[in-house]
Amino acid sequence: MVKQYLLGNEAIAHACIEAGIDFASGYPGTPSSEVIDTLRAQKKREFYIEWSVNEKVALENALAASWCGQRSMVTMKHVGLNVAADPLMTSAYTGAKGGFVILSADDPYAHSSQNEQDTRRYAHFAKLPCMNPSSVQEAHDMMKDAFALSEKVGLPVLFRPTTRVCHSKGDVDLGEVSEEHRTGVFEKDPKQYVVIPAHTRALHKKLNEKQPMVRKAVMDLGYNTAEVRGETAVVASGIAASYVQEVIPDGVSFMKVGCFPIDGAWMEKFVQQHKKVLVVEEGAPVVEERLRQLACGVEVFGQMNGAVPMEGELSPAAVAASMVKAGILKESPFQSPAPAEGLPPRPPILCAGCGHRATFYAMKRVFPDGIFPSDIGCYTLGLQLGTVDTTICMGASVTVGSGIANSGEKRPVVATIGDSTFLHTGIQGLINAVYNGADMTLVILDNRITAMTGHQPNPNTGETAMGEASVPISLETICRACGASFVETVDPYDLTATLEALKAAKARKGTKVVIARQACVITARRAGVRRAHFRVDPETCTACGACLRFGCPALGKDAEGKANINELCSGCGVCAEICPAGAIVKEGRK
Amino acid sequence: MSSYDLLIVGIGGQGTILASNIIGEACLLEGVPIKGVETHGMAQRGGSVESHVRIGGTFGPLISPGGADLMIALDLMEAVRYRHYLKPEGRIIVNDHTVVPTSVFMQKLPMPARDDLVAALEGHPVTLVDAAGLAAEAGNLIVQNVVMLGAAAPSLPLKAESLEEAVTRLVPQKFLDLNLRAFALGREAGRS
Ligand SMILES: Cc1ncc(C[n+]2csc(CCOP(=O)(O)OP(=O)(O)O)c2C)c(N)n1
Ligand code: SF4
Ligand code: SF4
Repeated sequence: MVKQYLLGNEAIAHACIEAGIDFASGYPGTPSSEVIDTLRAQKKREFYIEWSVNEKVALENALAASWCGQRSMVTMKHVGLNVAADPLMTSAYTGAKGGFVILSADDPYAHSSQNEQDTRRYAHFAKLPCMNPSSVQEAHDMMKDAFALSEKVGLPVLFRPTTRVCHSKGDVDLGEVSEEHRTGVFEKDPKQYVVIPAHTRALHKKLNEKQPMVRKAVMDLGYNTAEVRGETAVVASGIAASYVQEVIPDGVSFMKVGCFPIDGAWMEKFVQQHKKVLVVEEGAPVVEERLRQLACGVEVFGQMNGAVPMEGELSPAAVAASMVKAGILKESPFQSPAPAEGLPPRPPILCAGCGHRATFYAMKRVFPDGIFPSDIGCYTLGLQLGTVDTTICMGASVTVGSGIANSGEKRPVVATIGDSTFLHTGIQGLINAVYNGADMTLVILDNRITAMTGHQPNPNTGETAMGEASVPISLETICRACGASFVETVDPYDLTATLEALKAAKARKGTKVVIARQACVITARRAGVRRAHFRVDPETCTACGACLRFGCPALGKDAEGKANINELCSGCGVCAEICPAGAIVKEGRK
Repeated sequence: MSSYDLLIVGIGGQGTILASNIIGEACLLEGVPIKGVETHGMAQRGGSVESHVRIGGTFGPLISPGGADLMIALDLMEAVRYRHYLKPEGRIIVNDHTVVPTSVFMQKLPMPARDDLVAALEGHPVTLVDAAGLAAEAGNLIVQNVVMLGAAAPSLPLKAESLEEAVTRLVPQKFLDLNLRAFALGREAGRS
């Protein structure tokens, strides 16, 4: 056994290797992405690994590998499970053969997400077991056990880490890497794998009959623990359990629910030994709802009566506050000093030289009255530039765009979508827009990579997750095949050409596509691209501020209001095209 | 058992994560438990980032406001933004420089002056470090994070040798001398 200082997701990935994983697939999404990124960075790799185009595709791939007897895993962020919900629900009926783990990472407080949904709800909905680790070490240990649990109960197992586990770090005890691997063999069994009504009715009955066995298998793992120490108790799940342990007073009982489904008899016995119980969990009140069903006569505090926040994430201080509300602590041991006021905010912004910024700038020039539905990716940061009017979920730029265009709204609609997002769920929306005659422009912000989640390759990158060259695909050909009336590709660093293409699109009717293609600055730099920096000639600069409004973080100004350029400059040259005085020039030129 | 709680703050891209990894590795070397958590994902793109490190930590990874023993700030304004995380007597090791956020130009917000930022840290023991100057002296501006870690070393409950050994384990061989020089220069500055 060795001890290492690891990120939660790295520890989870190591556990997969210890369990002898054969097949891993996933679609990136914070906070889940580093699991696959760690697996694909392994030098010695005896398993198959892929980045899939979306979560539904990823889940189906890994499910099939499990049916072939392989130990498989699929990873995604919580909202990805919505995309994969269709196969998820029925995979509970067909079951798993090789251990099959579905990792769906939740993001309480929505640090990098569009909502705060709780994966444990899906586990309940689909009647599947679910593991909810409270620390990096437990995430490691649970993941290792998850494969065997799946094989034992013959079902997919959901694994729900949260941001503060995935992106936590800690000293972790690791086990040996397994040498055991399985080659997939598909055994035909239509009654199991063809869910026609006659089969599926029987499968549903089988799933229900399994539940007591599942509850027992989950309890036998030992992650659900309880210690009676007094008349009041705190019950916690996930990372909240670590916070509770930090602040719980002596003489207060503690129950930790690490795995679901909960064994009702076990919980009831514990609850009935107490007068008062506080339930602390992030996300939905999953444990609390179950506990309230069993708690007749016992006073219960939790989200449902306002003792615990229903949204956001918890912390030791938040848990202490809940204990005060429940009368378990007299006062919180934490002070809450006031943060400094009046500081200018420092939100994340597009990198210096990001092609998305240049495209947004051109869009605003050509469509001053445009409506700009957008999507999810680095380019969502275009909100600060006034070119992101809507985002809901991946793929919803083009569909919201066509809906607005067909609603009778007269202003021009210009939707933006990244290349990874277009391939994820954008193509169907484009076909639909063309088919239903939406008068709109779709701009594909093609930086050849899935940037926001940490620069994972996609089919447009030309490389697989294993680092092998992939068969090239053509966004132009896809868009033409969808029936778009106008498809033109431009380099957003060429401002004049980009303005021209957008004007041409504006002049036409129908569903038009402009592909703005320029590699992400970060991947370009990693690939060795070096461009000369730009600088401002102070003699020529009139201090008009036009370049500063472009918003590049490499641009600043001096006390006289004259522009200057710092070392962040990546040499895109767009500010030089914007400057009306011609004061911005390439380094080394006069 | 209570932990020694350290907050490392800065701007995405300044290398807070390497600094926390070095401390983690040093804890492993000394057999001290450690927990931490850091900013990943969207917020990293030039945004304000924080890394919590709990030396001797056995519970959760989050430091509570008012609970940190020490803060290493790679940017002066970020030190002010996270000051409330410190205990009243908590120490601050701060880079004497701030990057003007783009929001100042885009939204025409007032930018606090350097002296006002320094004044806002009053009440805590503060060590101002010329990270850029010392990194340049070491040989490259990219090692400002290691300079700052060096400056914090005399305050940390870890041996300087463990931190140096951790640097040796974590940085690529060809940059090792550069980083060790940066660490030594920072350490010197942190002592004064
Ligand atoms: C269903 C779903 N899966 C995953 C994510 C996480 N996610 C957000 S943006 C993004 C992809 C961004 O790639 P791209 O569209 O190419 O834009 P870029 O960041 O490269 O500009 C992903 C995977 C999500 N929000 N929703
Ligand atoms: S990571 Fe790439 S795509 Fe994202 S903001 Fe930076 S340059 Fe743009
Ligand atoms: S050339 Fe101008 S716009 Fe481009 S990165 Fe440099 S300063 Fe920013």
